This record gives sequence, structure tokens and C-alpha cells, in this order.
Amino acid sequence: MKKVLCVLLISLLSACASQSTQPTAEVEDKSMGSSSRSTESSPTTGAVPNLNPLTDPNSVLSKRSVYFDFDSYSVKDEYRSLVQAHAQYLRDNGSARTLLQGNTDERGSREYNLALGQRRADSVKNAMTLSGARESQIESVSLGEEKPRGLGHDEASWAENRRVDIRYQGE
Amino acid sequence: MQIRLPEFPPSVAVLFLWLISAPLHAALDIEIFGGGATQIPIAIVPFAAEEKLNQSITPIVAADLQRSGLFRMIEPAGLRPHEPIEVVYSEWINRGAGALVIGSTTLLPGGQVALRVRLLDVAKQVQLATYIETVPAGQLRAAAHRIADMIYEKLTGDIGVFSTRIAYVVKEGKRYALQVADADGFNAQSVIEYTEPIISPAWSPDGKQLAYVSFENKKPVVYVQTLATRTRKAVANFKGSNSAPAWSPDGKRLAVVLSLMGGSQIFLINADGGGLQRLSQSSGIDTEPSFSPDGQSIIFTSDRGGSPQIYRMQITGRASGTAERLTFEGSYNVSPHYSQDGKSFTFIHRNGDRFNVAIQDLATRQVQLLTDSKFDESPSFAPNGRIILYATEVKGRGILSAVSSDGKTRQQLSTQAGDVREPAWGPLPRLQ
Repeated sequence: MKKVLCVLLISLLSACASQSTQPTAEVEDKSMGSSSRSTESSPTTGAVPNLNPLTDPNSVLSKRSVYFDFDSYSVKDEYRSLVQAHAQYLRDNGSARTLLQGNTDERGSREYNLALGQRRADSVKNAMTLSGARESQIESVSLGEEKPRGLGHDEASWAENRRVDIRYQGE
Repeated sequence: MQIRLPEFPPSVAVLFLWLISAPLHAALDIEIFGGGATQIPIAIVPFAAEEKLNQSITPIVAADLQRSGLFRMIEPAGLRPHEPIEVVYSEWINRGAGALVIGSTTLLPGGQVALRVRLLDVAKQVQLATYIETVPAGQLRAAAHRIADMIYEKLTGDIGVFSTRIAYVVKEGKRYALQVADADGFNAQSVIEYTEPIISPAWSPDGKQLAYVSFENKKPVVYVQTLATRTRKAVANFKGSNSAPAWSPDGKRLAVVLSLMGGSQIFLINADGGGLQRLSQSSGIDTEPSFSPDGQSIIFTSDRGGSPQIYRMQITGRASGTAERLTFEGSYNVSPHYSQDGKSFTFIHRNGDRFNVAIQDLATRQVQLLTDSKFDESPSFAPNGRIILYATEVKGRGILSAVSSDGKTRQQLSTQAGDVREPAWGPLPRLQ
């Protein structure tokens, strides 16, 4: 079965560029001010009283995203209370298990970005264990640039994607 | 020998747009390959009776040779020799042909096709090679690629890669397909399809298996899949992230990147998932391993020095923090892949706001940028080392591109719909 529709031959001569030595900015753009970003809440479920603190929109535990500055993997002060609340929940619920998924923006190598996302997830994990969660309750992983929430190719989307999401087992 | 997989729907078939240095039937003699070498003028006469087959041979041979950038097609213009005795060399000299390909096809009872092909040197008026093969009618494309390989090898002295295959990922909407196609883009077939991302496909050295990273279980896991049987196994599914598989040259082991022991570090595992052994030991990120052809060392990306750069370390059997830094130009050098002769490696170099394919000679440390596009990713060598296949972006869409290792010839490959990315060029077919 023939799959290829056409073969175009177009003249193209690419000059060999000489090696570049121009110093460059980092891959993530520092001009972005993501500090005002608020944490994200999960969808509310209507009129039914919600007794699960993990999904109750009035509970801090329903907030599941930790955002990071450009080229940074340190948990910012504004997310300390959020991370501590989840750590407290894990401490109080010994059978609870959480999956921390690190994410990055789309620029650069996919595998290197996977490692950068891992570093962000590991940061949140470390903050949680310092606040009393057991390490065995937490798995930190990375989705790299593969699962962007912001789909644009601009700073707003990139900032949206510099993020760790907190998921609980069964979710 | 022929690996069969279910056909992929034509709607997402691969459309390859080859951009090469010479237009079809070029009257110009454009110098395109290094050292001032000129294109070889070659005439390919349609083989006797090939129009009666379900697949003509000579158009495929001509397209293969043209894509290499090393040949210029001479029109037979009415001449139709099929046997050497029918060739009047002076007529071909007048047309400017340096080489001449003639041949015949014979449909045999039972659906087999007998091929007889001759490559002639017009100036010396001698036969350079004969190719005789009987193939099932369904394998005429493969036979045509073998004929093109034979011609390429006789006339350039290099190894032909027309019979090889490539793997890549197509993203269309929310669907991801890991596909394998012939090197000319035909016979695209899905190895797996998911609604979750797939990255980093890597061919086993025998071409029978693909390792890749799938996110189907909410995190990256390394699988090895056998193409012929479609069976697959999670070979690295440890706590944390598992990624960046690279085959050892003997096909027995994989280098993978795990966060199992903290950070992202390089480990070795057996191809069946056993025998885990730590390889790198740093406080930074170590990822994207690529084996040297002798299997004695790996090159990889690490940010241990503050920015991502390419390093080389020996495989000693013990975890080691010692590695030699190879790249020094710029603050972002990633995704290294060794050449087959072990003398150079290709990688992505950030140049201002551009990410470009570069090649570095290991002995001289000389770096050459091969592209000037905006978002190049994932470069790897064709098995003859003459071409580097990589992913790039044109008008917001992901496409594949190939550049000659001297940077002078480029080709583009795209799909009808969706994004193509994460290419990997397969090995040479094993000699039977």
C-alpha cells in the first residue's frame, strides 16, 4: 500500500555556519514574573457536601500545584504552607500515598527537561519529608515538557508549565 | 527477514518532502558535497517489462540516489537498452552520463519476479556490477533499495543506507504513535499508539527491537518492544522516573537514566531488565547517554559544571563521578550521539535563542554548526555516518529533517497532519 503522497525536490543549499560562541541567556526566560500566580484549585463538585479534604475546595489540600521561577527548583515561600499542609495530611494518614509530577516548559532537550522536572518534584518531596511525611509515602517523578498545561508558545504558558502537581493514589 | 506490522491508517501516513541541492533533471551541475566533489551524472533506463509489475523499480532507485545529493539524473530520452549488447556508449557520452543502469524484470509463475540489473561505466565502456535477484512481487520496493545501495556503494565507495529504516513519534491531536518507516518514508507502520506521550526511541543494534519511554502510567517508564512480535517489556520501571535508553553496541545492555537513588543518574541494566548497576555518580543531572562504538565509554549530558554540557566517562564496572568535559562553547550543549566510527559526536547547541545541530570532532575538538533553524532536537547519525537525522519545527509544526554531516545538503520529512519528532535512524540490515 502506497503511503507517501509526493516527493518534492527543492533546491536548498545550506551554508555551513561557523561555530558560535555567543553567550546566551538560560533556556527559561527570567523576564517572567510568575510570583503573583495563585495556586490552582481542583474543580468543585456542586451542591453535594464534600467531606474529603483532598477535594474540598475550601481545604488547602485541594490546591495541588506548586509553581517555580524560571530556571529554579526551590520551593518558593508562598507555597510553603501548601506543601506543609500536604505533608501534615500524609503524616496523619499513614496509608495515603502521593505522586509528585514535575513539569518544565517546552524549550530545549526533552530528556534534559525531564531531569529538570525531576529536580522540581524532588524539591517538593524533600520539603514534605522535612515536614513529617514519610519518604515511602511519596514518589517524585517527572513529566518533563511532555504534558504541558499551558499550550501556548509564550512566557505565560511557559510559566504555567514550570510546576509540580500533587496527586494522591487513586486519583 | 521482512518485519511485518499492521498497516497504519493512510490518514496519518508519512509525507516526506525531500529538499536537496539539485532540482529534478537538473541541467546545472551544482557542487554539493565536501571537497568540491561534483554530482555523478547517471542515467537509469526503465527496466524491461517493469511497467507490467505492480511496482516499477527504477523510479525508486532514482529517487534514492537523488536524495543522497551525490547524483544527477540524466534522461534516457528515447534510448531503451536493456542488455549490454544494446548499449551504444557514444550516445550516452553525448548525453553527459558517466554511469548507466540497465536491466530487465521477468514475472515468474507463482508471483516471483526475476531482476537482472547492470551498472555500466560509460567512459570506460565496462560493466561495474551485476545485480541478480528473484523476489516476491510484494518486496519490489525493498529490492529497489538494495539496487540503489549497490549503485551508491560502487560509485561512491561508501555504504548505502537506502535499505534501512527510521523510527519516530507522530503526535496528532492527543494521540501519540511510535512509527517505523523505510528510510524513504514509505511503509510507515505504528509500533504502538497511546494517548500519553512517547519519547526517546532507540534501535537495538540488530534492528529487531526498539527501546522507548512511555508515560502511560503517569510517569516515564522504559520499555523494550520486539518489532516482529509486538511483545514488550518494561525494562526500567523503578520508583521515580525512568528514561533516556541507549543500547550498548553488543545489544546486551541498556544505559538508562533513573531517579531511583535521587537526582537523575545513569545506570546500566541488562536488556531483559535485570542486573541493575549504577554508572554515574554526581550531585547534578546526568542524562542522555550514548555508547561509544567500542562499548568502552559513554558520552552524556550533565550540569555538574553549572550548565548542561557534554561529558565522556569510561565504563569501568563501578559508579564513578569522574568524567571528561567535551563541550565548552556556550551555556547549553545537550543530546549527544556518537558517530559509528567513534571519531565524532553530534549534539544540540544553543546559539542565542536558537537550538541547532552541531558536530564535534573528538580528536581536534573542532565544532561545526550544521543548521541555522530555530528549534532543532534529537540528532542521530545514519549508519554510514554521512547524514544526521533530527527533529525541527517549521511554521509551528514538528517535522524531521536530515543534514549531511558536512552541513551542505538538507532534506525535510513531514507528515500530512500532526507533529513528527524524536527520530532515530535504524541500523544497517544484517547480512544473511
